[in-house]
Amino acid sequence: MRRIIARLRPFLAAEGHRDNVVPPSGHTAWLTTFTAGAMTFLAVFALALSLAASRMADRWEGALARTATIRISAPPDQIELQTRAVLDLLATTPGIASARRIERAESLALLEPWFGPDLPLDALPLPQLVELTETEAGYDTTGLRLRLSAEAPGAVLDDHTRWRRPLVLAAERLNLLGLVSIGLIATAMGAMIVLAANASLAANAQVIRVLRLVGARDSYIVRAFTRRFTRRAFLGALAGTAAGMAGIALLPAADAAGGFLTGLGFQGAGWLLPLLLPPAAALVAFFATRAAAFRKLKELT
Amino acid sequence: MIAFENVAYNYGGGELLSEVSLKLAPGSFHFLTGPSGSGKSTFLKLCYGELLPTAGRLTLFDREVRGLNRDEIARIRGRMGIVHQDCQFLDHLPMAANVALPATVTGREAPMQDLADLMGWVGLADVMQAMPPHLSGGERQRAALARAIIMSPEVVLADEPTGNLDWDMSLRLLQLLIELNRMGKTILIATHDLNLIRTAKQQVAARVLRIAKRRVQLAGADL
Repeated sequence: MRRIIARLRPFLAAEGHRDNVVPPSGHTAWLTTFTAGAMTFLAVFALALSLAASRMADRWEGALARTATIRISAPPDQIELQTRAVLDLLATTPGIASARRIERAESLALLEPWFGPDLPLDALPLPQLVELTETEAGYDTTGLRLRLSAEAPGAVLDDHTRWRRPLVLAAERLNLLGLVSIGLIATAMGAMIVLAANASLAANAQVIRVLRLVGARDSYIVRAFTRRFTRRAFLGALAGTAAGMAGIALLPAADAAGGFLTGLGFQGAGWLLPLLLPPAAALVAFFATRAAAFRKLKELT
Repeated sequence: MIAFENVAYNYGGGELLSEVSLKLAPGSFHFLTGPSGSGKSTFLKLCYGELLPTAGRLTLFDREVRGLNRDEIARIRGRMGIVHQDCQFLDHLPMAANVALPATVTGREAPMQDLADLMGWVGLADVMQAMPPHLSGGERQRAALARAIIMSPEVVLADEPTGNLDWDMSLRLLQLLIELNRMGKTILIATHDLNLIRTAKQQVAARVLRIAKRRVQLAGADL
């Protein structure tokens, strides 16, 4: 990394007399800067999306995986008996940190948003719910199911796997999409910089001819063009990153009611990650221009 | 230094030069003459590796030119000073930077005093900071010569260096080239100006090469 930075430093420094052989103006100048700025602006949001999705996947996988529910459906005279049997069983099961009965009022409160306040929920034959929290080590799901069927035939263990798995998968896919987006943005930026570099090289055919006439090697000419494009891309990316980070900072703060959207942003040291984008853009510009310049000089021979 | 052995050059539409065999010895002074379109510029381009012979063997500083890559040709050009017919410059740089370009591209910095002395020697001390488009044809020719010799090259190749100059200025430029030859530099000037050749021959042991019927021949004393 240190070697790369040392190699890039002269490209990012203020343009000196020695490397000023490429004319400074032209459409390619602002095109490169604008492209790098716009692409990096988008990359900041893609990065924020990827990080938020990653956090969400961790949360769902971590916090929700520790809880499970036991649903007890039995005739009214059996409910209390089986509930006590389940609680006793859980108290002696290794890997269970705690277990608690979900009271009827609590169950009704959970249902009310779905059925409305006017429905006579009291008349519904609701199953008794028991919520359990497992320890770090976890419990033996198959063993617990077997014991439940023996001790409380009406009890069914729901470890949330069925609905948690697609959510975690979706979050992981979002994370991957964010990273793929950053890759696509970098590729698109590289392609546009190659086009700009080609246009610049073609427009400066006379400059190249003069430089060759006075004994300039290809590596010198390539360095002159590469330096200019790397610097422009870095400055554009710097502006794009600043704008993107400001946009993220202005988003509403994370809120449980807002769900995923309000959690879109950076947290803690995550704010440092977008700062890697301008050097990354400079690297993309460096290699894209270098390859394009060597190819073009070969054609011009 | 520069040696042609049965060299031919074909543009694709027929042979422009054929069976060229000659050597430019170190410290020699040659003129190259011939009618327009006879191949003078092509001959010079072969001499500095911009064109490669289509037949025969051409060696530059003891290196067979066809075996050289672009970097090696660039290195050889670093040992030559080339005054091109159309005197191209980098229009966005002042004349001083343009004249110093051969030093700049090889990673060296021409000392400002040397640069000022050189530009004074070619009579351009007043236009060091001027931009190339603002210079006259004569000033551009002299600046091209200054650029060609700033690295003290072993060979100076000049293609119609007096083409845009009046007679007085042509003589002045000729004196510069004769002076360089006296310093030991090899000079090859492509020109169709016979008066210039006659004037030079009075001061220096210049030989004249003439291109006729695709061949390069040593001209007699009739010039």
